[in-house]
Amino acid sequence: MRVHAKRAGALLGGLLFPAWSMADWTLNMAPGVTGTSNEIFSLHMTILWICVVIGIVVFGVMFWSIFAHRKSQGHKPANFHENTVVEILWTIIPFVILVIMAIPATATLVDMYDTAESDVDIKVTGYQWRWKYDYLDEEFGYFSNLATSKDEIYNRLDKSENYLLDVDNPLVIPVGKKVRLLVTANDVIHSWWVPAFGVKKDAIPGFINETWTRVDEPGIYRGQCTELCGKDHGFMPVVVKAVPEAEYNEWVAEQQAAAERERELTEKDWTLEELMERGEQTYATTCAACHQADGSGAPPAFPALKGSQVVLEDMDAHLDIVVNGVSGTAMQAFGGQLSEVDLAAVITYERNAWGNNTGEMVTPKEVFEYKNQE
Amino acid sequence: MSAVADTHAQDHHHHGPAKGFSRWLLTTNHKDIGTMYLIFSFAMFLLGGTMAMVIRAELFQPGLQIVEPEFFNQMTTMHGLIMVFGAVMPAFVGLANWMLPLMIGAPDMALPRMNNWSFWLLPCAFLILVSTLFMSGGAPNFGWTFYAPLSTTYGPPSTTFFIFAVHIMGISSIMGAINVIATILNLRAPGMTLMKMPLFVWTWLITAFLLIAVMPVLAGVVTMMLMDINFGTSFFDASGGGDPVLFQHVFWFFGHPEVYIMILPAFGAVSHIIPAFSRKPLFGYASMVYAVGAIALLSFVVWAHHMFTVGIPIAGQLFFMYATMLIAVPTGVKVFNWVATMFRGALSFEAPMLFAVAFVILFTIGGFSGLMLAIAPADFQYHDTYFVVAHFHYVLVPGAIFGIFASAYFWLPKWTGHMYDETLAKTHFWLSFIGMNLAFFPMHFLGLAGMPRRIPDYALQFADFNMVSSIGAFMFGATQLLFLLIVVKCVKGGEKAAAKPWDGAEGLEWTLPSPPPYHSFTTPPEVK
Repeated sequence: MRVHAKRAGALLGGLLFPAWSMADWTLNMAPGVTGTSNEIFSLHMTILWICVVIGIVVFGVMFWSIFAHRKSQGHKPANFHENTVVEILWTIIPFVILVIMAIPATATLVDMYDTAESDVDIKVTGYQWRWKYDYLDEEFGYFSNLATSKDEIYNRLDKSENYLLDVDNPLVIPVGKKVRLLVTANDVIHSWWVPAFGVKKDAIPGFINETWTRVDEPGIYRGQCTELCGKDHGFMPVVVKAVPEAEYNEWVAEQQAAAERERELTEKDWTLEELMERGEQTYATTCAACHQADGSGAPPAFPALKGSQVVLEDMDAHLDIVVNGVSGTAMQAFGGQLSEVDLAAVITYERNAWGNNTGEMVTPKEVFEYKNQE
Repeated sequence: MSAVADTHAQDHHHHGPAKGFSRWLLTTNHKDIGTMYLIFSFAMFLLGGTMAMVIRAELFQPGLQIVEPEFFNQMTTMHGLIMVFGAVMPAFVGLANWMLPLMIGAPDMALPRMNNWSFWLLPCAFLILVSTLFMSGGAPNFGWTFYAPLSTTYGPPSTTFFIFAVHIMGISSIMGAINVIATILNLRAPGMTLMKMPLFVWTWLITAFLLIAVMPVLAGVVTMMLMDINFGTSFFDASGGGDPVLFQHVFWFFGHPEVYIMILPAFGAVSHIIPAFSRKPLFGYASMVYAVGAIALLSFVVWAHHMFTVGIPIAGQLFFMYATMLIAVPTGVKVFNWVATMFRGALSFEAPMLFAVAFVILFTIGGFSGLMLAIAPADFQYHDTYFVVAHFHYVLVPGAIFGIFASAYFWLPKWTGHMYDETLAKTHFWLSFIGMNLAFFPMHFLGLAGMPRRIPDYALQFADFNMVSSIGAFMFGATQLLFLLIVVKCVKGGEKAAAKPWDGAEGLEWTLPSPPPYHSFTTPPEVK
C-alpha cells in the first residue's frame, strides 16, 4: 500500500515536475577554478556579509520599534526629530566601510586587466548564434554550435544532463598556461562568460576586447552568452575543455592536419550527391536557425528559400548573397566564415532541397574563383 | 461625484467640471488630469504585468512550451518599456498633479493647458508602441535597453514606430517636468520657504530637473538610431566607422538618472507616510533634502557601472566603481532617517504604513544588491544574470510600485471623500508582499548560480527556483486585481472621510475637506 502510494507520488511528481529530479537548490556563487574567480568569490562573500550585518542592525532597530513602540500598546510618541552627532556618524561610518571595501576590489580589478605575457592567444568571435574560436599562432579555427537537439528543447525527448550547455566543438585550452582571449563579434553584441573562470567579456562588432584566464584543474567548464543577441540568445553556450599540456599539443597538431585536409578538399571533384550530403549538415548548423530546416524562413526578417527567385534562378545572385551578405539586414557575409567546400555544398543544397529541384550545382573551385574575381 | 457644479447665481461656469467626455478631453484641472494619469498608469501596469505573466509562464519549466523565443523577446522588451514609461512614470506624474497644488497651497498647476496636452500625448504614444505587436515582424525584441546594433541593423521593421513612441513620451515627460518646476517655484503659499516644503514636493522638484536633463538625451539616442535605420548614417555601426559602445554610453547617461526618476518621488511620499503613522515628526528633514540632492547629482556620474564588461579602460572602471559605491552613503542616510522616525514613535499599521515599511525594508535589500553590483570585479560575475533582474525588481517593485500603493492608500480618502476597505487593503498588501518576495528573491540564487537574463529557456539546474519564482509572480500579478476592486469600491462609496483621516498626518492637503473642492486653494493659506 505504502509502496504503491510512494510510486504513485513519484510518478505524479515525475509527470508534473520532470525537471526537479535534475535540479539543485544552489543558493550561492561557486568559487570557481581560477585565481580570478576565487578573488571575486571572496570579494562577493565579504560584501555580502557586510550587507548582512548592516541589515541586521538596521532592521533590528526597526523591528524593535515595530514591536515595542506600537500605538495599540499605548506607547506615547517621543518628539525628537534631529541629532547632528548621530547624523554625522551614520554618514561617516558607511563611508569608511566603503573605503575598506574598495581596496581589495581595486587590487582584483588591476589583476584582471593584466593581459600581458600570455602563452596562448585565442580569438573568440560571437556570431548569431554560435561562437568561433581562432587559434591565432597555430592558424586554425572552428565554430562551436549548440549540441542540444530541437526535440529536447520542444519537450519531445527527455532533457539530457547538460541540456542547453552542450556544444559540438568546445574550446580547448591547456591547463596551467595563461590563455589570452581576444573577444569580438561579427554581427551584434554578445558576451562570453564562463562562471568557473570569473571571465565575462562583451563581444562587440568592430572592437577587440582582451581578457585572460589560467585554469589549473583539467575539466569541462560551461557558460553561456550573457548579452541579449537576438532570438537564439539562450541557445549559444560556451564550453571549455581544459586539458594537460601534452594532450593539448596533440590536439593542436590534429586540428592543423584537419585544416590542411579541408583546404585540399577544394581541389577535389565533387558530385551533386556529395555536395548535397555535406550541404545538409552545413545548412543545419549555419542557416537553419533563421531560414528554418525546411527552408520556409520567418518573413519578413528571414525570407523563405523554398521557391525563392534567387535560389531557383540566378546563380551569381545566390553566390553574391551567401558570400557577401546583404548589408542592413541580418544576412551575414558567409564568405569569410565558411570554407569554399561548405559554401559550394550549402548553395547546391539550397538549390536542390525542399522541392527546389533545379539540378544545378556549384563546385568548390567555382566558389573559389568567384571569391577571387572580386 | 460631490465636486459637481453648484448653481449659485454669482458663480460663473469655471467653478465646476464640464459634463461627459469633454470634461476629460479638454480638462485643465489638476485633479482631473491627475486622475487620468493614475488610471492610465494602472491600465499600463496591468498590461505590462500580463506580459510578465507570459514570461513567467514560459519560464515555469525548462524547454519551450508556450511561446517562441522571438515572441518571448518581444514580451521582455514590451514589459520593461511599458512598466518604466507607462506604469511607474505616469503614476508619479499623476500623484504630482493631484498632490503638489494641495501640498503647496496653490489653486492648480502653473501651466494647466500644457498639463492637458502632456497627458493626452501619453495614450497616443502607447497606442503606437502597443500597435507594434500586431505589425509584420513583431514588436521591438531587443530588450528595454535597445542596445545597438541589435536594435538598428538587426531590429524589426517596427523599430521606427518604437522610436516615434519614445519621442512622444519624452515630450510628454519634459512638459510634465516643466510644469512641476513652474508650479513649485511660483505657486507656493506665502511663508512656505524652500526648506519648509513637504518632502514629496522636494523630491518631485529634483526629479523634474533630472527629467529635463536626461529625456533630451534619450531623444538624442533614439534619433541617432532613426538615422542609422532610415537615413544611412553609421553612429552605431562599426562597419561604417560608428561605435556600438557609444550607444550604451548615451543610453545609460539617460538610463541611470532615469532609475532615480522612478524612485525619488516614492522617497518623498514615504517620508510623509512614516511620520504620519509613527505620530512623530520626520527625523532629519534637512539631511533628507540634501541626501536626495546628492543622489540626483551622483546619478549623472555613475552611468558606466552598467557597462563594466564592455571593456572600458581600468581608470574608467575604477572611477565608476568608486562613484557608484558613494551613492550608498546618501541612500543609507535616508534609510537611517526613516528608521529613526519610527524609533520611539506610536506606530500603527494601516495599509499605507504597511506598504511604506515594506518599502524601506525591501528597497534596502535592493540597495544591498546594488552595492554588491557596484564592486566592479564581482560585477563580472553578476552582470546580465538573474542577480541583476532580482536587484532592479527589488528596487522597482517594492520601491516604486509599493511607494505608489502606499501613496494611493494614504491619499485615497482625500481624493474620493471615502475611506477604503482596510481589510481588503491589508489583504492586498500581504498577498503582494509574499508574492513579490516569492517571485524575486529566488532570482538572486538563480543569478549567483549562473543563469543569464533574457533567455526563454534554461539549463536544468535552474528549474527549481524558476518554478518558485513563477508561482510567486502569478500570485503577485493576480493580487493586483484586488487593488482595482478596492479603488472602485472606495470611489463608489464607503465611510465618509474626515478632512484629516490620519491623526498623525501633517500638511496643507489635510486642511481642505475630503474630497477637496474642484479648485483647490482659491485664496492662498498662510504658512508660519
